[in-house]
Amino acid sequence: MSLIEIKDLHATVSDKEILKGIDLTVDAGEIHAVMGPNGSGKSTLAQVLAGNPAYEVTGGSVTYDGKDLLALPPEERAQHGIFLAFQYPVEIPGVSNAYFLRAAYNEVRKAHGEEEVDPLEFADFMEEKLALVDMDASMLNRSVNQGFSGGEKKRNEILQMAVLQPRLAILDETESGLDIDALRIVADGVNKLKRPDNATIVVTHYQRLLNYIVPDFVHVLVNGRIAKSGGKELALELEDKGYDWVTSGAPVGAGAA
Amino acid sequence: MAGSAAEPFVEAFDELTSDASTPAWVQSMRRAAFERFGTLGFPTTKNEDWHFTSVSPIADHDYVFLAAKSGDVGRDELAPFTFGATGWYTMVFVNGRFAPELSDIAKLPNGVKVWDLASAWTKVPDVVDRVGKLATYDNQAFTALNTAFMLDGGVVQIAKDTEVDRPIHLVFVTDATAAKGMMHPRNLILVGKHAKATVIESFVSTTDAVYLTNAVTEVSVGEGATLQHYKMQRESARAFHVGTIEASQARDSHYISFSLATGAALSRTNVYTTLDGEGSGATLNGLYMANGEQHVDHQTQIIHAQPNCFSREMYKGVLDGRSHGVFNGKVYVHPMAQKTDGKQTNNNLLLSETAHVDTKPQLEIFADDVKCTHGATVGQIDQTALFYLKSRGIESALARRLLTYAFAAGVLETIEVNEVREALEKMTLERFV
Repeated sequence: MSLIEIKDLHATVSDKEILKGIDLTVDAGEIHAVMGPNGSGKSTLAQVLAGNPAYEVTGGSVTYDGKDLLALPPEERAQHGIFLAFQYPVEIPGVSNAYFLRAAYNEVRKAHGEEEVDPLEFADFMEEKLALVDMDASMLNRSVNQGFSGGEKKRNEILQMAVLQPRLAILDETESGLDIDALRIVADGVNKLKRPDNATIVVTHYQRLLNYIVPDFVHVLVNGRIAKSGGKELALELEDKGYDWVTSGAPVGAGAA
Repeated sequence: MAGSAAEPFVEAFDELTSDASTPAWVQSMRRAAFERFGTLGFPTTKNEDWHFTSVSPIADHDYVFLAAKSGDVGRDELAPFTFGATGWYTMVFVNGRFAPELSDIAKLPNGVKVWDLASAWTKVPDVVDRVGKLATYDNQAFTALNTAFMLDGGVVQIAKDTEVDRPIHLVFVTDATAAKGMMHPRNLILVGKHAKATVIESFVSTTDAVYLTNAVTEVSVGEGATLQHYKMQRESARAFHVGTIEASQARDSHYISFSLATGAALSRTNVYTTLDGEGSGATLNGLYMANGEQHVDHQTQIIHAQPNCFSREMYKGVLDGRSHGVFNGKVYVHPMAQKTDGKQTNNNLLLSETAHVDTKPQLEIFADDVKCTHGATVGQIDQTALFYLKSRGIESALARRLLTYAFAAGVLETIEVNEVREALEKMTLERFV
């Protein structure tokens, strides 16, 4: 059984149709890259899968782990193992990162009928997670994302992912605002969290991140539909030829560049 | 002769002023104030200072003046209101009257003196002759009524150069015997030159009775002195509370006020300070949280009377249910108060469609070389932040509480007394479930 099966998905934001029939199937153990030009709908797809109420699903279906994903509120999706790494992580002043992470971890545990962990147990648990994204324990005492640099915010997203151990992680433009060192740390973290029973969807505009998180499949989103799918070499081809190559409809021969 | 507004109070007033043990000068102050209250009457919404707050729920009740000692409050019942702190210098007043058996003032440090007002009239007349000098009532009906009925309260005197090691806590608690009663606590806080102290006033209740607290606190901050002055209004959910603080500041002094208002069916807090010496500064912060049908009103007034003074003001409000919040922040800058540096903000978070707030910054500037800014906002829970928390598996109710807390955190973190800050943080997290 596929981990997630998206069929003919349509979605609008402020009455404007953004997704116009997406079909995508992801199996456990796979990494899929979703690429596309600005406005193609790739971030919308990520938000819709995570359940952002700002987007309205107007058609199609999403089956996740045998469940009707679209019927679940965002918190239940998360409790069932969906994780969205935000392109723009939200700052929450006054709420410490430690409190936030433990609250999220306990909510997911609670949903699975497991006991909540106390702050001491959680501190032990956090040690290896912090090492994974090369973060200092002092980051836990700071307010969630407040005053974090772009790189720190993205590392904090991967830290959350490490804590929640999702079955399907969706990375939305994670490379934006990262220098090469931060990019490497973030990608490293994602790779280390890869297991045979989970999957990752990497939403990205640039091929750069895919040098570090190597996809099994690449899909090119154009105008709300998947225009082309292929293996990891498709990303390199796109980098080389630009999105016009796909959007113009007629593939350009290799020699024409 | 007192006018019609005073009529329901005449009998209690006559009884109070017939007590022969009270000095004549106090009785004459009471009489003058009662006369003034009769003329003023309770304010109406035509009065600009009360435009958004109708006090008719207060005026429509008849109250018994709680002149005698009453009530039965145990130390254990005070525990929820003492911030888990030990060793503070505490004066407890039950239903308006001093309760020495619940108070901890046996071991005051050098330079700190406290009295209950009822005995201070005769014990230290030279100290309490400041009463009525700082809080005027020409246009303040509630202060006039308080002055007419002033009977008990805390008198705190900090000698010059004294740094008080721990907070002084004045606790005004009501129990069920306060039902349909009225209290008019009157406090006096005198901070000497270069002294430093923290005074906390708490208005709390062990009951859900209807009663009226009408408190006035007069504050004098001496040259170069610093006073942290926190007011915690956590009255019974059905009570009425009017509390006025009037401070006067000498040169280079710093007055730091924090007002918390979460209790009472209807409350009005006035925090007024006059920067009456060059180089002085005032920091007025506050947090109000209301739900149900609560009405919570704050009026602040900062008078810049001298040059080179600063004022900082941050008030935040969280309103749920059908509650109504009011904030009116006045800043007057006198013609001679050049180089005034003033900043005022008021941010409000509405948690329901039916809650509302009226916010009114009011700056009147008569000097030409000043820097004064103000800003007010009214908003709702940020949907992006709410989705962010939910996307981490956090249930909707907890997510909303965390974001409410985050909203209030900015002003709570200004509280320097750790026990108070932590208690208020916890209270904020648990307030809106």
